[in-house]
Amino acid sequence: MLDHRNSWRDARRDTLPNGAGVGYKPQHFSNLASGKSSVEWLEIHAENYMGAGGRPLAQLRALSDLFPISVHGVGLSIGGDGRLDPDHLARLKHLIDWLQPARFSEHLAWSTHGDAYFNDLLPLPYTEATLTRVCAHINEVQDRIGRQMLLENPSAYLAFSESTYAEVDFLREIVKRTGCGLLLDVNNVFVSASNLAFDPIAYIDAFAHEAVGEIHLGGHDEDADETGAPLLIDSHGREVADPVWTLYAHTLSVGGAKPTLIEWDTDVPEWEVLAAEADRATALLQRVPA
Amino acid sequence: MTQSAFIAAVLDPDAPVPMGLTDASGHPVAARFNVYRNNVAVSLKEALSSGFPAIKSLLGAAFFDAMTGVYLRAHPPKSPRLALYGETFPEFLAGFEPLRHLPYLPDVARLEYVLHQSYHAADATALTADAMQNPDALIRPLRLAPSVFWIESAYPVTQIHAAALGGSNPTGGGETALITRAAFDPVATGFPPGTSAVLTALNAGTPLGEAIDLAPAALDLSAFLCALLTGGALISSQDSAHV
Repeated sequence: MLDHRNSWRDARRDTLPNGAGVGYKPQHFSNLASGKSSVEWLEIHAENYMGAGGRPLAQLRALSDLFPISVHGVGLSIGGDGRLDPDHLARLKHLIDWLQPARFSEHLAWSTHGDAYFNDLLPLPYTEATLTRVCAHINEVQDRIGRQMLLENPSAYLAFSESTYAEVDFLREIVKRTGCGLLLDVNNVFVSASNLAFDPIAYIDAFAHEAVGEIHLGGHDEDADETGAPLLIDSHGREVADPVWTLYAHTLSVGGAKPTLIEWDTDVPEWEVLAAEADRATALLQRVPA
Repeated sequence: MTQSAFIAAVLDPDAPVPMGLTDASGHPVAARFNVYRNNVAVSLKEALSSGFPAIKSLLGAAFFDAMTGVYLRAHPPKSPRLALYGETFPEFLAGFEPLRHLPYLPDVARLEYVLHQSYHAADATALTADAMQNPDALIRPLRLAPSVFWIESAYPVTQIHAAALGGSNPTGGGETALITRAAFDPVATGFPPGTSAVLTALNAGTPLGEAIDLAPAALDLSAFLCALLTGGALISSQDSAHV
């Protein structure tokens, strides 16, 4: 039987628009399926859609007929010192071949060691050795899935004394060596800048904006370390903070309009609260000169 | 610093923070490293809490939290698909000394795990009640849908599971727990012990007419067939089989 999914699908769903999207949560399915939402695109976490069938895939199939979808991996462990998990890479390829999403992105981090997965984005020193390894893994992923991936800048809580690259330079070098794009998480920049006492504006100004295919905005929590210094935690559990909106507006003024995602992964709010965050991003995007 | 050293310190809250990690002023970090310790432990405990809500309810949140802290260090996930984390949790519960007086817990955990497997299993086109009216239906091989699972338990495991989640108190003894998924939501139904012999035979391609000869005397055949049909459990042998 002819699979008509791709034949009649609107070509516009093959790219992300320079508008606002949200991270998809199943509790918002009916709000989105109604077709009345002002949100322009959706992002899903790849690992939640690697089953063989059932409700998750049925909902995703329905939504992919309404919205461009970006697939965001959280478990590939691009920065891991071992090889990429071949089973996980195969599952990812299967999902991407089936869904034909507008984008695929992953993190500059590691989460697997040996054969164990630790479900956190663990940090990397920025050294020649890390650079070589990360680039080899990105090349392997891009070859396997047959498309460009985007790499996301992490949120940092500490620094490695062995690092020899600044993060923006490290990312720029990865782009140069692999041809991957970048996912610029503006909240992560704000969190890292506060935790490691650097200037977030200077970071944004030095970023490789020409490689940015997507922007993330999310909420963070405020804590303190044992010296009493502020310690910001990338929690994705609340509204985007006001200074992060300011930094986002600056990002748009430097890099231009980009597809922008609101991430809200814990204590997920009512649809109206999430949609209001997306509308706030839309308002800033519309002010960017074409 | 190696990733082995980093993760060993993440998993052991009493271990010293690895050398070579600093704050902005070049000072050693402790609270900052604890962010990673907390993220790993809390997120994996949450995965187990959403995967095994009946076990959590039966043991209480505080005990569950402490016990899953032991489990996640001994048995971290083998895959980033956290919806299926806890495959070895039933065996862990069976061997966990403080729970020796609750011998039914491993089967409750097995039931919770197969409910998740059923939820994510492949879709299949079920045979309808009309199709089963055909006399042929009794003599030709059938298959079970990929969403069908069963557990043979010495305890009333479906009732204990339901009671833990707010249902009435369990009665009776062992059972075969049958898990079916008509559309998207798996359902567990208890049948007399030994009913699993019928399911095993059906799945091996034994025609329904022969397979029901293996049913225990106590099985209410019409209720059992009704559960299979309304649960979308029977598929044509030409369709992809349950594995």
